[in-house]
Amino acid sequence: MAAYDCGVRLGTGYPGTPSTEILETFEALGGRAQWSPNEKVALEVAIGVAFAGARAIVTMKHVGLNVAADPLFTVASTRLDGALVVVSADDPGMASSQNEQDNRRYALAAGVAMLEPSDSQEAYEFTVRAIEISERWQVPVLLRMTTRVCHSKSVVRRGTVAIPPPRAAHFEHDLPSRVMIPAYARPAHPRLRKKLAEMAAWNDEAGPNQLIPGSTKLGIITSGAAFLHVREVAPEASVLKIGMTYPLPAERMRAFAASVERCIVIEEGDPYLVEGARAACIAVEDKPEIYRFGELTSARVRRILDKDASPEPKRVAGKMPAFCPGCPHRSVYTALKNLDCIVSGDIGCYSLGALPPFEAMDTMVCMGASIGIGLGLRLSLPPEAAKRVVSVIGDSTFVHSGITGLVEMIYNPPESGHVVVILDNGTTAMTGLQEHPGTGRTLAHAKTGKVVFEELARTLGIQNVYVIDPTAEPEKFQQTIQDCLDRPELSVVISRHNCLLANRWIREYERCNEQPTD
Amino acid sequence: MSSQPTNVACGKPTNVVIAGLGGQGVIKASDILADVAFSAGLDVKKSELHGMSQRGGSVSSDVRFGERVFSPMVPEGEADFLVVIAPDQVPVNTWMMGQGGVLIDASLIDESSLPNKKSINVALLGMLSRHLPFPIEAWNDAIGRNLPEKLQEVNLRAFSIGRANGQGVEREG
Repeated sequence: MAAYDCGVRLGTGYPGTPSTEILETFEALGGRAQWSPNEKVALEVAIGVAFAGARAIVTMKHVGLNVAADPLFTVASTRLDGALVVVSADDPGMASSQNEQDNRRYALAAGVAMLEPSDSQEAYEFTVRAIEISERWQVPVLLRMTTRVCHSKSVVRRGTVAIPPPRAAHFEHDLPSRVMIPAYARPAHPRLRKKLAEMAAWNDEAGPNQLIPGSTKLGIITSGAAFLHVREVAPEASVLKIGMTYPLPAERMRAFAASVERCIVIEEGDPYLVEGARAACIAVEDKPEIYRFGELTSARVRRILDKDASPEPKRVAGKMPAFCPGCPHRSVYTALKNLDCIVSGDIGCYSLGALPPFEAMDTMVCMGASIGIGLGLRLSLPPEAAKRVVSVIGDSTFVHSGITGLVEMIYNPPESGHVVVILDNGTTAMTGLQEHPGTGRTLAHAKTGKVVFEELARTLGIQNVYVIDPTAEPEKFQQTIQDCLDRPELSVVISRHNCLLANRWIREYERCNEQPTD
Repeated sequence: MSSQPTNVACGKPTNVVIAGLGGQGVIKASDILADVAFSAGLDVKKSELHGMSQRGGSVSSDVRFGERVFSPMVPEGEADFLVVIAPDQVPVNTWMMGQGGVLIDASLIDESSLPNKKSINVALLGMLSRHLPFPIEAWNDAIGRNLPEKLQEVNLRAFSIGRANGQGVEREG
């Protein structure tokens, strides 16, 4: 909503829990938003927008920033003309992610200013502040969210902050600030450090930080969603809530720590604020290591403050998700299990193939890794085992970062060949049925250019390319995989059947797109 | 010092946890409840975990409302009301409920009395509504705002069947 109110020219991103809804909402409000093949491309497009003097927002989940880290680290040293806000949605507790990384480390490592909202209202206000900071210092700003900020709803009032009007898009030649060859990049680095020093001073003076006066016995330094838990369980405490967590307002933290008898940092995830405080020689207490894992809750914050070391109550495990009845992935895993394959897997609904009853996926590391890891297994295992290795990757994941894996396969083929199965269910199912370049429809479901996997595979020079519906012809599917495994050649088998959840919508979009427009 | 009961100064918020399995309308029910509380002029926060819930996994949503609400999450063991749409999810969620909390679960409603089994989530809201100080018109309006037109009639009826059905079970202290 803030992005829309600020006249953001373009929102880009790649879907991922818990960030997906931001662009969808921005588009529903009337903004221009688009899915990119992956986070790196999304950030690059957004950088272009900001080089053109306009405002851009780019959204991704925490691991998405790993993919986008390359442009992020260098764009930090360039000079933007517009605004660039990078939204990174962390997932402490890993409700739906493969790791628990704390992306505040990226702000520090890349030298990118960072704001951390704690609720929906602040998500709105901090987006506006991020745009202001970005335009004032001509740098990108990281807006670091977490699951409980993204997947929570609270009352938002518009108009609580003044919004500077956007400027018209334009282009100024400024090669030394935007062409990061060594000769130009060398002066760019100290320039960035100077800007960061200015921002730190500004953050001390006027940053979006909040001091809540209270008891001088207990002072709590906190940020993000943890602030809400702190206010709930310790209403009497003095609190310094840091809204801009890079560069840190060190002098405010120092003065605050000196004003209370016990100063403790309550933060979710890594000891980021703790290390920042200690590096500035501010003595603070930190939380025990056990609270680094998982989300913080009011109850956990109470235990930290009370130094309660008794064992935490155990949660009863919920029901594990499973493939939908009739899901096309079921036939695929049935075949792979029947053939006793070694399955190098990937990220998506089909990761559920690792769970009972199939337990037929052997590895999963990151988006697109199935192909590279499958090739590594083929290149190192003894021949009898190597020929049973199959890489399994979803349609959206294949576009995200599987294509380069296919290029690797052509370039460095194992002696035993390799088999890649692309599970094409016509949607990005896991994150909530988003479009991608393989569906031929935009974020708003309008018709656009389409990447056709079988044509791409043939063009790259894959010897055997098949397209099979595994639901309609499960025996043929299994036989085809068997044949491919028996040949020391490169094969791509596209398993094509629409996701059952998406099918109704896909037909509806196709019908709308076929109607002539006025 | 820090373990004082919460929100003494600003009125204790009401804590509701709605739980079930993916596809049962947990999030929709919590949207309606949050909408009703918001229309009554209260501060409302809502938070949920639903990463893989579309594939039939457990899903739960916390709704908190009152004069001033800080955390969007219901603290463990402090739910005043636990609404469970899938009976087998009751044991998974009872740990969230406080002493004297009220359990409202699907086994308390005869599904065959509903015009459509799928509106069990709204029927349970009907039972919950007996405990909450919101007028019935506010509930009906919120149901109208949160559901497509063709589902409204069925859900309004499910709501009133639930409301007439009972109040749920208080947890023994």
